[in-house]
Amino acid sequence: MTHRHADPTRGAAPTALPELGGFVDDVEVRGHIIDSLILPKILDIITQSGGTFRIKKITIGQARVDPSFALIEVRAETETRLQEILAAIGDHGAVPTDLQDCTLVEADIDGAFPEGFYSTTNQRTEVRRGGHWYEVALQEMDCGVVIDPSTNEARCIAMTEVRRGDQLVCGHAGVRVIPPERSADRHGFEFMNSAVSTEKPKGTAIREIARELVRTRTGGGKTLIVGGPAIVHTGSGEHLCRLIRAGYIDKLFAGNALATHDIEQSLFGTSLGVRLEEGISVEAGHEHHLRSINRIRRLGGIRKAVEQGVLKSGIMYECVRHNVDFLLAGSIRDDGPLPDVITDALVAQQEMRSRIRDVTFCLMIATTLHSVAVGNLLPAWVKVVCVDINPSTVIKLNDRGSFQTVGLVTDVEPFLRALVQDVEELAAERRGT
Amino acid sequence: MTQPWIMMCPPDFYGIEYEINPWMSRSRSSDAHAARRQWENLRAALEAAGARISLLDPAPGLPDLVFTANAALIYKQTAVLSHFRHVERQGEEPLDAAWLTANGFEVTRLPEDIFFEGAGDALFCGDTLFAGYRIRSHARGHQLVGESLGVRVIPVELTDDYHYHLDTCFCPLADDTAIYYPGAFDAYGLQVLQSYIRLLIPVEREEARRFACNAVVVGRTVVTNTGCPKLHDDLRRHGFATVETELDEFVKAGGSAKCLTLRLDGEEAAAWKRAAS
Repeated sequence: MTHRHADPTRGAAPTALPELGGFVDDVEVRGHIIDSLILPKILDIITQSGGTFRIKKITIGQARVDPSFALIEVRAETETRLQEILAAIGDHGAVPTDLQDCTLVEADIDGAFPEGFYSTTNQRTEVRRGGHWYEVALQEMDCGVVIDPSTNEARCIAMTEVRRGDQLVCGHAGVRVIPPERSADRHGFEFMNSAVSTEKPKGTAIREIARELVRTRTGGGKTLIVGGPAIVHTGSGEHLCRLIRAGYIDKLFAGNALATHDIEQSLFGTSLGVRLEEGISVEAGHEHHLRSINRIRRLGGIRKAVEQGVLKSGIMYECVRHNVDFLLAGSIRDDGPLPDVITDALVAQQEMRSRIRDVTFCLMIATTLHSVAVGNLLPAWVKVVCVDINPSTVIKLNDRGSFQTVGLVTDVEPFLRALVQDVEELAAERRGT
Repeated sequence: MTQPWIMMCPPDFYGIEYEINPWMSRSRSSDAHAARRQWENLRAALEAAGARISLLDPAPGLPDLVFTANAALIYKQTAVLSHFRHVERQGEEPLDAAWLTANGFEVTRLPEDIFFEGAGDALFCGDTLFAGYRIRSHARGHQLVGESLGVRVIPVELTDDYHYHLDTCFCPLADDTAIYYPGAFDAYGLQVLQSYIRLLIPVEREEARRFACNAVVVGRTVVTNTGCPKLHDDLRRHGFATVETELDEFVKAGGSAKCLTLRLDGEEAAAWKRAAS
């Protein structure tokens, strides 16, 4: 990975990468590069010239006349060597992506990109127009980049948002991605810059997350909690409530289940019919969650239930009381759902998109579906911690490309209990000083 | 079948006025009378083979305008105009464009920063456009040509400065048959040519330097410079008629029979030509 300067006047100079040893640049080669052996030849030249390469992307033409396309990262130990290699492979048609303006193609239909569209990452991205580099706004992975040709303003755009006539970036030429710094303090979470593991000591990790919550609150950032119903099932609801009351949580994204079980807990003292204090099922308890939903529906929503004094405790109650911006996104298996739940997935996605813009720290707890959904939307520079008893949730997030996510495999209840304790200790220390 | 149609340019202003390839030496000038005679003989040989010749007006100060193969790449009614690497030849471009437009072709151009030397470096064999690069034309230009015409392009690197254009070391004769000089290509190029062209007739170095590969194909007749007896034997064995006509005055500038012609109705080996007719 590399960092390149966002110099607005010229293509960025390749920069040294101490941890991988070398200078690096991306080149694009297109055409019948397989049939003509141009691609193997270019790769051979790179190697023979003392460089190394990585094929970052390759698209093979389907029909006989279709061109193929490869995006190759070229690396060499010195800048001089890199420039020699780039010159040598340039003769064979491999062109550094940052020496060209980006290619714009007009969208021919609503709701779909033109073929060959540039597919975004969640990392800071710039596009070149008229020899100048422009930062892409609203960075999000798996989108396209739309440009206003009159102002050169560029932003990410979801497939469904495309309108006929939009000018979309195609290919990799004139696009550069600036990955996050690989400094030791990448996330402020030095302790867990490696992959997810069940073997890591939890204490330090939780302490660091507590520090991040405090830092975010005092630094004017915004913390988003993405939570699953296990927060309630495991009896951790009150821990989360304490964080909300203390002002550490700015937003909550969840589904119908978390809110329903939380409200059931508040109205009936059970979660899915189980009395949490004793861990036993109560008679007709299985109906409690449906009765809870029904009651909230009759009142017209969670906020009204709080205002009318029906809902007097729990996570959702605290959210309303402390102005936490909550968003409930539905799914096909939902009972009810609660009136606050957005049942149109695309509308929910758009709503989430608009509400994550100012988020600086995201804590995902015990939900795969919502974690992946939010992970998809967040730019790479937002710190994300994913806590789940199931390692596959964290792995899934990483596989989806949310590399900024650090994972903690642990049960929710002890995690939240320890987190609240650490946060309160830190707050006490601050008060003490 | 329409009559084969070839563009030529009389050598009124032909001469060695600059040096842009290893063949050229201003100390070894050409003989204007001999050049005229050789050019007329080539024209007669092509007409005898059945071709109709149209003439581009020569222009003073453009001695290489006579090498019309480098004017453009012809694909159906499209002429992809050349953009010469050497500034000495760039003055030819507007004259070529005007003539081709006047003769019914839609002239297209590549971006300013791309060099492309027309049929000198881009030759159809079957449905594939084989394209020489590095010495004169850019590899990327060929890819752009392929994308704009919607054809498969196979770029091959030219590695011998004496064979600076593809048409000096490679000549498609039919869909699956071509002449080539192996010494002008590297291992990748040779592997590609050998895998895509069923019958490749090799030319030895000595005859290659006599521009054996710079042949004009009209029907089943192959016209070359003199001094290529082995190739002519091979061609006759494969059922082609051969004609030799001395072109030494043009060899002094690094050109020969093919360089002096631009086939306007599609080369014999171009599959699109038959598909179109």
